[in-house]
Amino acid sequence: MNKREYTIALAGNPNTGKSTLFNVLTGLRQHTGNWPGKTVIHAEGFFTYKNEEYRIIDLPGTYSLYSNSADEEVARDFIIFSKPDVTLVVLDATALERNLNLALQVLEMTDRVIICLNLMDEAKKKGIVIDIANLSKKLGVPVVPLAARNKEGIEELLETVARMVHGEINTTPLVVAYSRAIEEKIAKLLPLVKEVVGEEYPARWVALRLLDGDTSLLHALQHHPHHFLKEGATYACHCAKSV
Amino acid sequence: MTEAKLARLSDANPGERFRITTLKIEGTMKRRLLDLGFVPGSEITVLQKSPLGDPTAYRVSHTTIALRKEESDHIYGERIGNE
Amino acid sequence: MRATVPNPFDELMEHAKRLTDGDTREQIVASIFQTSRQICQETVTYTKQEKRYETEKLDRIFTSKIWGFPIMLAMLAVVIYITIAGANVPSSLLAEFFGWLEGYITLLFQQLHAPSWLHGILVLGLYRGTTWVVSVMLPPMAIFFPIFALLENYGYLPRVAFNMDRLFKKSGAHGKQSLTMAMGFGCNAAAIMSTRIIESPRERMLAILTNNFVPCNGRWPTLILLASLFMAAGYTGGWKTFATASVVVAMVVFGIIVTLTVSWILSKTALRGVPTHYTLELPPYRRPKIWDTIVRSTLDKSVYVLKRAVTVAAPAGVLTWVLANIHVGDTTVLAYSAQLLDPFARQLGLDGYILLAFILGLPANEIVVPILLMGYLSTGALIEVDGLHSLKQIFLDHGWTWLTALNMMLFSLLHYPCGTTLVNIYKETKSKKWTFLSFAIPTAIAIVVTFTTAHLVQWFGLL
Repeated sequence: MNKREYTIALAGNPNTGKSTLFNVLTGLRQHTGNWPGKTVIHAEGFFTYKNEEYRIIDLPGTYSLYSNSADEEVARDFIIFSKPDVTLVVLDATALERNLNLALQVLEMTDRVIICLNLMDEAKKKGIVIDIANLSKKLGVPVVPLAARNKEGIEELLETVARMVHGEINTTPLVVAYSRAIEEKIAKLLPLVKEVVGEEYPARWVALRLLDGDTSLLHALQHHPHHFLKEGATYACHCAKSV
Repeated sequence: MTEAKLARLSDANPGERFRITTLKIEGTMKRRLLDLGFVPGSEITVLQKSPLGDPTAYRVSHTTIALRKEESDHIYGERIGNE
Repeated sequence: MRATVPNPFDELMEHAKRLTDGDTREQIVASIFQTSRQICQETVTYTKQEKRYETEKLDRIFTSKIWGFPIMLAMLAVVIYITIAGANVPSSLLAEFFGWLEGYITLLFQQLHAPSWLHGILVLGLYRGTTWVVSVMLPPMAIFFPIFALLENYGYLPRVAFNMDRLFKKSGAHGKQSLTMAMGFGCNAAAIMSTRIIESPRERMLAILTNNFVPCNGRWPTLILLASLFMAAGYTGGWKTFATASVVVAMVVFGIIVTLTVSWILSKTALRGVPTHYTLELPPYRRPKIWDTIVRSTLDKSVYVLKRAVTVAAPAGVLTWVLANIHVGDTTVLAYSAQLLDPFARQLGLDGYILLAFILGLPANEIVVPILLMGYLSTGALIEVDGLHSLKQIFLDHGWTWLTALNMMLFSLLHYPCGTTLVNIYKETKSKKWTFLSFAIPTAIAIVVTFTTAHLVQWFGLL
């Protein structure tokens, strides 16, 4: 049997040093192309850690995953349909508040998340002190401080990734509490969502998107219905050619 | 309603603070503004105008975002004094 | 079948629709931001208040009403000055080295009793064409781009977009077009790909059609060479470099003016519409990893230039040698074509060889000057250029004046994009019509502008 290759998605805001991290992790083992049918650059690379192979996809840098643009749609679809073994969310430690916005959205979509708190060197210079342990506790997922440009924190990140893919880390992602009106609507919709979509997809997130009137998710649902209906069907995402 | 009293973000001067009440704009632009932190309830600071007078840079959740007048015209709220 | 069984998705969507009202998104995002804020309040502390707003303080200078534009111009001038001042010595060293090596290669050919046409094609055509491109292109590019990358990594480029936004808006274009133009300084073909950051198809097309008015990798050396030979002739030492840099900066500024004008005209005619909304983030200034940036960017650019030299300049060198050595009657194909083009070229203040060099240089702008030199020399091969002085003499011998140099610079700045760029434009637009227009519009402008300058200069008797 072939050795298993783990898939890692790299998400984050623009200007967070996401590509720097991607380059540090993959070195020269990377190539770029287009996401099929989209004018969005698709970058993937490979690396080995402790004799195990990892494939890493550099998702487009976006401010959110609400599919306002082709970039956001690509990133969202990959996380939802390709189900990467780990999603790394790269945050700019000097602008945590705005960056957390995306992290919270990813936490609604998957529980296999590691937060990469990048640009820690910059934060230190600016006198920004972040309580990593407390942040990790609040978010319910590991938080790894990084300075990707200086290659600091990479070892700890790789170790955390390895432990997560082997199921050695239990996560309890933070659940964002919405207004009472919205929570009531989610509660009403949730049973139906679970029935139609199945256990395989994050029901609360799907319900939220439906309430938001996300037509592009509906589009994805109807064009790949079997991926939702068939239990255990592995969905080859839009980037199937590279698999 | 008290809406008549609301100011436009585009009226606020550099150095002023502004609390957003509502975004009177629809579609992608509204969603993008929301993603960047121009959310009802959030407080932003007017930083400065571009050398040619437009766009204007704002500090919103610890980042600097520039908007053209066409966008900031649709953001309503209160001017809450200077920084 | 599907029609009879109610689709569970439709049902679900219907159900959701009934529950939704207009500001759901607003409420969702507000809650998420509130959560973020709360988390930050409990986990983040700021220990150096004075450092917090450093970027904003710098922005007050870099985007100031008074200093914003002068600083931008000064930065451009400094980058170009350093490039010109620094590239001279390594360029001539490389040229000397290749000349020295050629001697031995020629010896080897003689030893092997190779036929002279083979030596001609391989050494006088291929080798000289390739090494010319390497020695003239490599040093300036290996200086320009690392400096440019430093500015980029520092975070200066978004400020340029911020400063210039109003000009782009007035001309109906997207503010991010200035970022794609910055890419164009490196390579127009790559910049065409980068126009993807502009989502509105109309404005993206504007950015594609006008990107060529930014001089690329392959045209910088031509501009620098001609400026230093003809525009700065009266100066010596540092002033010469300064005068050269000023002329090149003026060319860049002129390119930007043409970009804005063409965008404005197009957005009033073929690409009518209003500028779409957009937001621009001004990320914090960050001190770049200076050595990493320089090493990476120098290596990247060197590999790029070498690759272009081999894939484009080498075959073009061969082709030019062949054209210059096939005789039709008592003249060569190259000379014959040049004579054919000459009357038209004269109207543009150029000559037949220059125009021919631009035509043969379609695959890559790098090879325009080498082809031109090859054409000028009756030997039919690229000469060994052992110094800028002899180079200038060749031009003077063929009747060049400062007007010829100026118009060649203008033509180089404004003419059609290179072959690679055209291919990328077709790939990105999937439209023959727009690809053709992206060829035709710059070419027409190049012709009109050079025609005008040539005739104005004649009219006023400036020569």
